[in-house]
Amino acid sequence: MSDDKLPAEHAEGHGEVAAADNPFADPGLPAHQVRRTDIDERAAKRAERQVSLLFVVSMLATIGFIASYVSIDPDKIVYIFPLGHVSALNFALGMTLGVALFCIGAGAVHWARTLMSDVEHPAERHAIEADDEVRADVIEQFKTGAGESGFGRRKMIRNTMIGSMALVPLAGVVLLRDLGPLPEKKLDHTGWDEATPAVPIRLINMNTNEGMKPEDIAVGSLTFAKPGPSVLRPEGLQESDDDFQEAIAKDALMLIRIQPEDIKDANSAGLGFQGVLAYSKICTHVGCPISLYEQQTHHALCPCHQSTFDLSDGARVIFGPAGHPLPQLKITTDSLGYLVATGDFSHPVGPSFWERSE
Amino acid sequence: MSSASTSGKQAPPASTRAKPANKAEAAADYLDGRLGIYSLAKANLRKIFPDHWSFMLGEICLYTFIIIILTGVYLTLFFKPSMGEVIYSGSYTPLDGIRVSEAYNSTLNISFEVRGGLLIRQIHHWAAIVFVAAMFVHMMRVFFTGAFRKPREINWVFGFLLLFLGFFDGFLGYSLPDDLLSGTGIRFMEGAILAVPLVGTYISFFLFGGQFPGTDIVPRFFTIHVLLIPGIMLGLLVAHLILVFYHKHTQWAGPGKTEKNVVGMPLMPVYMAKAGGFFFLVFGIIAAMSAIASVNPVWAYGPYRPDQVSTDAQPDWYMGFAEGLIRVMPGWEIRAWGHTLNLGVFIPLMLFPLVLFAIAAYPFIENWITGDKREHHILDRPRNAPVRTGLGAAWISLYLVLLAGGGNDLIATHFHLSLNDITYFVRVGSFVVPVVVFFVTKRWCLGLQRRDKEKVLHGRETGVIKRLPHGEFIEVHAQLPQDKLHTLTAHEQYEPLELPAEVDENGVARKVSLATKTRAAISEGMFGEGSQIPKPTADEHKEITSGHGHH
Ligand code: FES
Repeated sequence: MSDDKLPAEHAEGHGEVAAADNPFADPGLPAHQVRRTDIDERAAKRAERQVSLLFVVSMLATIGFIASYVSIDPDKIVYIFPLGHVSALNFALGMTLGVALFCIGAGAVHWARTLMSDVEHPAERHAIEADDEVRADVIEQFKTGAGESGFGRRKMIRNTMIGSMALVPLAGVVLLRDLGPLPEKKLDHTGWDEATPAVPIRLINMNTNEGMKPEDIAVGSLTFAKPGPSVLRPEGLQESDDDFQEAIAKDALMLIRIQPEDIKDANSAGLGFQGVLAYSKICTHVGCPISLYEQQTHHALCPCHQSTFDLSDGARVIFGPAGHPLPQLKITTDSLGYLVATGDFSHPVGPSFWERSE
Repeated sequence: MSSASTSGKQAPPASTRAKPANKAEAAADYLDGRLGIYSLAKANLRKIFPDHWSFMLGEICLYTFIIIILTGVYLTLFFKPSMGEVIYSGSYTPLDGIRVSEAYNSTLNISFEVRGGLLIRQIHHWAAIVFVAAMFVHMMRVFFTGAFRKPREINWVFGFLLLFLGFFDGFLGYSLPDDLLSGTGIRFMEGAILAVPLVGTYISFFLFGGQFPGTDIVPRFFTIHVLLIPGIMLGLLVAHLILVFYHKHTQWAGPGKTEKNVVGMPLMPVYMAKAGGFFFLVFGIIAAMSAIASVNPVWAYGPYRPDQVSTDAQPDWYMGFAEGLIRVMPGWEIRAWGHTLNLGVFIPLMLFPLVLFAIAAYPFIENWITGDKREHHILDRPRNAPVRTGLGAAWISLYLVLLAGGGNDLIATHFHLSLNDITYFVRVGSFVVPVVVFFVTKRWCLGLQRRDKEKVLHGRETGVIKRLPHGEFIEVHAQLPQDKLHTLTAHEQYEPLELPAEVDENGVARKVSLATKTRAAISEGMFGEGSQIPKPTADEHKEITSGHGHH
């Protein structure tokens, strides 16, 4: 934009009294208004006492803080209206510290407002930009310096230097490689992976730590399960296992039982056993565990972002941000009548990732 | 060799400096000889600071940052950033005998065994909440008053980066106790990282040291939370303050205030007392708040288990905007050639920084449109920049709509609304509401401008009703005093950029670049007829006050 398009600078605005012909001119700084404490010595003395009182209260509060620290039992719970039952120590420490700090602040501010001068002064501003002479001088010096370095003339040095500097950060990136192992196919498989029709893995009830028979599961109920003994884990998945958190993050199952005629998806019914269906408990959105089940509608809701899956219809997503159905595990029973899995989930469990194929 | 060096005994050369009057002056002299403090203090001891309540917002940010660092150091003395497992056996009986991580164990320990530990934890968390909130409001103050204009654009960017880093450090801190809620937040982060095409899975494995959740994430987050990000923030903060000092404060228009001066009270003593006192006020209030209201009671949530979740899983409010984006986005996924592109997560993940970066870039965009190369130290009243004010309001409304999306479950249960309806509303609302808010705000600003003009030309309503000889009732208007007149007319008004004529003086068609055309169009939108009320001129004022048509 050319300069003439910019609004004019306020020529009149330099603090001088208005020219008679411009009613909008800057009349300059208004005269200082005196405060009560500026002229009345008694008011000033009162203000002084108030400030000191605040500082004294602060001192008392700090002493109170120390006294609370040494005397109140950390386990003591007291009832304070309207807060309810709170830790006595926490309350006492917080309040005394709060008062101790607040009163210092209040004292200082009150002092500044009542007793320190409140006369406003103008101070000049200086342009941030240097004037032309300095600018020319600096550019000249820089050119001299650059000329002496030969940076512009010796192109080969310049280019190779830029190249080396561009590459050297890669060393830092490469060093990060050992932060973790490569993903490989780990996200595609879960702990149920080891199950085969010949060596199936039992479904173990999360709460009772026992195997489950289909008749243990009532229609409309929701049960959580984890993998039982396998070749690699003869004990089954245990909380004390080193990798328990990692394993349960993928292996957790959600078992429901639906009247077989209510199951809309034939394929899904086939993966189940007499209406018992085993779905991954891990939401396919970003991986929260799903915990809310509505037995009338067979809808399961993820509490994190409310993705809703219809478990009677192959866990199809019927609402919310999840992008695909919950993976289902094929189950059957073993010779003793316990529910078992004979293989891994048909699809990778949990949130989507780039390498996920389907 | 000179005779002086051989003679051995010589009085030291007399100092040219005057004798110090007392011990304090002597100490100052000592330091000056080493650090040059007199020259430093000369310019700064009585440096002028203008006074306005809104200038305190930045101070709150600074003070809460200091409080966070102080309490954070205390917490590191007790916190064990490890995911090694222990059996809990502390004084909180409901969790007795439960297998928990050392991080969670030590957090409970700080809360129940360390005297005052709970208080410091609460102060740390409360201060963080206030810190981010204050940065938001401070940034709004700077935005709506145009304080980001030259020479302060770079400082705007520094401030923006502080906000951005503040978000992340808050999120990381929230994740450290390894409780059920924080674990859920980390799970969310893992899902978001996995949604990144090509490299997402690798980043996730490197970040977690393998599969989610592994045992590395808490110690790694700890280092980033207490060292890396605060270090960068400290550097940015110092740079931010140096620039504030160097640029000097902005001020509102008013009598005696110009672009070339700064009117206010000196650093010593008034500003020192007020600002220093204000630190204690802020600290005191946060301490009292921490005694009264408990945030993040991690013992109530329990330790993190990937197969468990607490139903009220909510992030801290400043992440609510990201949470809203992720909740209302439809679950789009593209599967092709053996790969999955998770747009339902990836798009929100990209939008989050993009919306923020648009704010960071605003000063440069506005400057490009106005083409104004001058320094600005006098603040704009928001009404006098209707388009900017409208944009700011639209941004806030978008934030609030998305926040509502992020809390859709809470809104649904508290107001008995359908969760699905809220989500559909937010989906549409994120596009519609900001536009509506923009136009409403702009019109409102114009209305206020008109009122200012009215006041300047016709004076202020006195409430006194007068009956004229011919029976008409009128209200007496009192002329504004000159300082008011000046204040109300001191703002600048840009003229919209005009495109050069299609053909030049020789009749040859001129090429106008697309950028110039865009710029002219935006400039028309910002400063054209519909976007500002021409401010009254001195002549108009004289015309009216000199009798004709004046009551
Ligand atoms: S993780 Fe389940 S909806 Fe987001």
